[in-house]
Amino acid sequence: MSAWYRLVYTRPYALMKDGVWKKNSVTSATLGICSALAVTNKLENGIAMGLAVTFVVMVACLATSVIRAFIPLRLRMITYMIIISTFVIGVDLFFKGYFPSISRALGPYVALIITNCLIMGRAEAFALKNPVKFSVIDALSHGLGYTFVLLVLSGIREVLAFGTLLNVRVVWAGWTTWMVMAMAPGGFFLLAIIVSVVRTLQGVQADDGPTAKTEEIMAKAA
Amino acid sequence: MGNTMNIFLAAVLTHNIALVYILGMCPTIGVSRNLKTATGMGVAVVFVVTLTSTINWFIYNLVLVPAGAEIVSLLVFIITIAASVQLLEMLLEKFVPYLHNAFGVFLPLITVNCAVLGVSLLMVLRDYGLVQTAFFGLGSAAGFLLAMMLVAGMREKMDLTSDVPRGLQGPGIVMIILGILALGFMAFQGMVDL
Repeated sequence: MSAWYRLVYTRPYALMKDGVWKKNSVTSATLGICSALAVTNKLENGIAMGLAVTFVVMVACLATSVIRAFIPLRLRMITYMIIISTFVIGVDLFFKGYFPSISRALGPYVALIITNCLIMGRAEAFALKNPVKFSVIDALSHGLGYTFVLLVLSGIREVLAFGTLLNVRVVWAGWTTWMVMAMAPGGFFLLAIIVSVVRTLQGVQADDGPTAKTEEIMAKAA
Repeated sequence: MGNTMNIFLAAVLTHNIALVYILGMCPTIGVSRNLKTATGMGVAVVFVVTLTSTINWFIYNLVLVPAGAEIVSLLVFIITIAASVQLLEMLLEKFVPYLHNAFGVFLPLITVNCAVLGVSLLMVLRDYGLVQTAFFGLGSAAGFLLAMMLVAGMREKMDLTSDVPRGLQGPGIVMIILGILALGFMAFQGMVDL
């Protein structure tokens, strides 16, 4: 029991809990929605996308954190962009080389990991100000949280839309497939349900999430 | 000409970048609270997408392909986008301060808008020519503007009248709106084809 307490009261544990559940990028911050919706019509695509994003956010935060003392403040955005896109090119080549069918299914969305706000968000909010060890743990936890949401989304969508799970048929004969779940509207509705369930469970007060914050930032800038 | 018109219409309606490809969701959810802000963002996106997709076409076809360096296209595209957004902002600030005040705030946010990079990537994937690229960029951005304005208009009305459950407030209800809009846009399927 005491070992458990020793684990619970450490910073890595707190970071993991924040990333996976309390401040999950998709459900509470609404970051990285584009790829979360666009590629999750099959479980295998969801797994691939989740792991790719987890890898990129970890290495990008590692790199950002290592060189954080040398990044000029005004050039930090372009620095993140260059770091992230370098690793994304690597991931793109990896998929093309080893998993050509997934690469075709994901199409331009692998490359669009570059503009996944989750990664920039972690680099900006955490890796720029924190030591390497914690930056990597924070990135891992947010990546896992993202992967988890993608697994739920793509699992439900694949079962409903195609009646399969990882291309194995799981439903009874005579099941009517819901084709709309494989398309954009199904993704929007399902993610709205997931977000609302998670937020209700977390007991989020009437908080507008990033909306209010974005408008506040823009009001300051203006 | 018919072909370019087709591409334009398809990009606005049947292959809408926000509602069919689901790109550029961060601004669609983040800054769609009132119609004026959303329109400002949308107009800024129209400028930037048309500009960057054309510039990227030149860079890709005149520099990267002859050099056999298609592999770094991602890196080059994103740098082009970041640089042209910065340049556009500086030019607007210097010469058209009125426009800069109107939507200058949105310009830095656009660099990380997936729709901008997405248009450049799709242009490469589909082997578009220069004119086709320009029309595709313009059409996609117009479609994005349309989607933003529809969402923002609905949110403005909903803020006044509707009683949204607590968990759905904020992003949740915007996704429901987007889902309904996406269903509506499915009705355009088959009108024009890419």
